[in-house]
Amino acid sequence: MSDALQIDARVDITTVVCPVTFVKTKVALEELEDGQVLEVRLNDGEPIQNVPRSLKDEGHKVTNVTKTEDGTWLLTVVKGGLSS
Amino acid sequence: MAEVDYATLKKGGFMRQIQTDQFSMRLKVIGGQLKAEHLQKISEVAKKYGKGYIHLTSRQGVEIPFISLKDIEEVKKELSSAGVSIGVCGPRVRTVTACQGSTICPSGAIETSALAEELDTRYFGRELPHKFKIGITGCKNNCLKAEENDLGIKGGISPEWNKQDCTYCGVCEAVCPVNAVKVDKDKSELSFTESACVYCGKCVKSCPSSAWQGKNGYFLSFGGMFGNEIKEGLHLLPLLFDKEKVFKAVDATVKFYQNNGKGGERLGRTLIRVGSGGLKKEVEEAVQ
Repeated sequence: MSDALQIDARVDITTVVCPVTFVKTKVALEELEDGQVLEVRLNDGEPIQNVPRSLKDEGHKVTNVTKTEDGTWLLTVVKGGLSS
Repeated sequence: MAEVDYATLKKGGFMRQIQTDQFSMRLKVIGGQLKAEHLQKISEVAKKYGKGYIHLTSRQGVEIPFISLKDIEEVKKELSSAGVSIGVCGPRVRTVTACQGSTICPSGAIETSALAEELDTRYFGRELPHKFKIGITGCKNNCLKAEENDLGIKGGISPEWNKQDCTYCGVCEAVCPVNAVKVDKDKSELSFTESACVYCGKCVKSCPSSAWQGKNGYFLSFGGMFGNEIKEGLHLLPLLFDKEKVFKAVDATVKFYQNNGKGGERLGRTLIRVGSGGLKKEVEEAVQ
């Protein structure tokens, strides 16, 4: 289990669909510095299938993914975490 | 007036229309790709000899309708001068269809365009008992519907988990479409049910610590058809990791079909009549 990280910002992308899901995530990441942590709330299905891969492709490190009771997912990602 | 040899015209890609002496001219397209200069020439020909439009077929082909019998030789010459080739029809290897594969698509597990070219060079137009369709799709999403072809090729990624690199973040479990992966974050344990895996590679592509590594390969299907009779192609081989083995399997399939197929009988029908065991044995031996 990864250590609980301090969350620097949160974004909810459960109200949008692909490709806006990742666009919204990227916009939220742009507000942060490298090494800071964003928590993303996202839907099951396409968003959880695609967003983690897109984050990886852009050099951000997903550190944890948890399914919540309402069926959505909470994902924590470290900005630029794969580039260091 | 000389007798019109419609059979030869059809073989050469000229499909007879309901209108007298009018033909829909089938062009050769490989893997769904046409060069811009070819499109330009096709456009010119459609305007000059046809009715100013083209028809896109269900298998990535292009046809120019309303070509008059008297213009056929002229049209052939004009298209050929720009490097546009004519398609085929009838009992032979047809257009090799393909999605854009890993060159373009984030989901792609195999390169498809060059593979389509290679398969076309090897097999296009080859005479067989009946039509023989080859289709290539880059991944599990199956945009090109591999299994509806006489021979389908589908890209896949065989995943392998390396414990030492795993952070047990849970991404792989979250992205796996068939629940083949289970992660216990508290115990730092991961279980993978290989038999449930569909080779989609989502775990590999999403894993933030590269604990999941993948080996890309080709998943073949045999004897599919989706016309008068509908039959899903059979998976007779495991994932193949070597393109040369794919060619060997296709060679063996074509040979089997030539030896066992009856005229006018699709491969799928042959497999129903004689059983698929013989083909399975031959393709297994071919890829050894």
